[in-house]
Amino acid sequence: MTMKFDLKQQTVRELNQALHDLPKDATDEINVDNLMGEHNVAVGLDQPISVNLNGHAGYYCAGMNQKAEVVINGNAGQGVAENMMSGKVHVKGNASQSAGATAHGGLLVIDGDAAARCGISMKGVDIVVKGSVGHMSAFMGQSGCLVVCGDAGEALGDSLYEVHIYVKGRVESLGADCVKKEMRAEHLEELSQLLKEAGCEDDPAEFTRYGSARQLYTFKVDNASAY
Amino acid sequence: MCGIVGLYLKNDALQDQLGALFEPMLIAMTDRGPDSAGFAIYGDEVGEDMVKLTLQHEDPHYHWHELAGQLEEAFDASVSVLHNANAAVFKINADEAGVRGFITDQAPDVKIMSVGHSIEILKSIGLPEEIAGKFNLKGMKGSHIIGHTRMATESGVTMEGSHPFSTGMDLCLVHNGSLSNHNRLREELKKKGIVFETENDSEVAAGYLTHRLQSGDSVEEALTAALDDLDGFFTFTIGTRNGFAVIRDPIACKPAVIAETDDYVAMSSEYHALTTLPGIEQANLWEPDPGKVYFWGRD
Repeated sequence: MTMKFDLKQQTVRELNQALHDLPKDATDEINVDNLMGEHNVAVGLDQPISVNLNGHAGYYCAGMNQKAEVVINGNAGQGVAENMMSGKVHVKGNASQSAGATAHGGLLVIDGDAAARCGISMKGVDIVVKGSVGHMSAFMGQSGCLVVCGDAGEALGDSLYEVHIYVKGRVESLGADCVKKEMRAEHLEELSQLLKEAGCEDDPAEFTRYGSARQLYTFKVDNASAY
Repeated sequence: MCGIVGLYLKNDALQDQLGALFEPMLIAMTDRGPDSAGFAIYGDEVGEDMVKLTLQHEDPHYHWHELAGQLEEAFDASVSVLHNANAAVFKINADEAGVRGFITDQAPDVKIMSVGHSIEILKSIGLPEEIAGKFNLKGMKGSHIIGHTRMATESGVTMEGSHPFSTGMDLCLVHNGSLSNHNRLREELKKKGIVFETENDSEVAAGYLTHRLQSGDSVEEALTAALDDLDGFFTFTIGTRNGFAVIRDPIACKPAVIAETDDYVAMSSEYHALTTLPGIEQANLWEPDPGKVYFWGRD
């Protein structure tokens, strides 16, 4: 089934309620026109539906997503796909700050650039940015992969835990405890798979891997009793 | 949280519609700042030997013509007066310091909102929609305009604490964010002769810029120095006689988005406020980089 919404005629609350009311196993296709920079569009989805959003999204678009595939035909404001659990969110334009923040799973693809703090505190999501990312990206990243086909801003991967970061272009600077790492066969395999899923033609061999040196306080066994 | 909006017209044919294009932008930022609002509009320039002042008085029936008469006598020059709600725009053939001093001495209840050749600052407490209506924003003409909707954090909800803040001839500032070193900086600036009316942090940023500009800095130099001297979160938009500047703190805590077409450059805290502009779907849309000074205007 196909549903149509127009945010010039309907409210975000009406849209989100209609989506939440779909049965758990729904596979509908939903088209939404005139996003008009509205916040919280298509948040909290929990069905394997496809949602096409036309226009530029405001804050937290597709936040907390589970199972759904959401495509934004435009730019996305702060916190797109924040706390996503599963499914896929694809931004055809640029994304503002904190894209994919704290997300636990799923795939976030950004065709353009992502601003500062992309993947901040990410907890298992995979993020592929075809352009560049701003400063402090993957800050305190715990799990998952951040792939950047362009350049990365200052303090990449500061206070990183176990996120794998792959950057093809230039890195302005590395954050505390983030270091360049060897690209082994399993990493090339992981990166190839992510590039393929995101529809990128880039050669995995041209990327550099970065990760945690595991030298900060939290990694010292002597400090374990403090927790 | 606060909202900032700015609109600079590249196409002079749109000047008659400046207020009408801008009003929905300001109102769209009500969610970010419902307690006060204001704007600085540039246009209707006076000659180089004249000054234009925007004045406010608490009493909507204040006798502006009496004050104008006193000024005419004191400066031996004619004064044109334009009423607008509880504000008035005076144009007089005299020097800025003289007029400012006269009004401060003779009419201490009158607040001087702005002085310059082009600028008019109008602001008040209340919802942005009410303030736009009160001053008939949609009927206003000009070359560019910046505005602010306030959600007060660092000081009370008063007209004095609302934005824009005048920072000198034809200059003003609007601020989204909060400064953490404003108390110490205010004391330092007071020693250098800058006068403050409130405990507001944004007024300190305005006073800081006033001081730098008086010391001979260009707008760009003053803003670059502000990146080092102001501690806290900020997106500033600075109105000048020729255009406006935008700067974000180096950590980029506060949002800003820019839209540019052949007809205009518009800035806003959120894209939502730009959606009513003509041709916005085709506009070049981007976020200003942190810690970088941007300026749009006539040379």
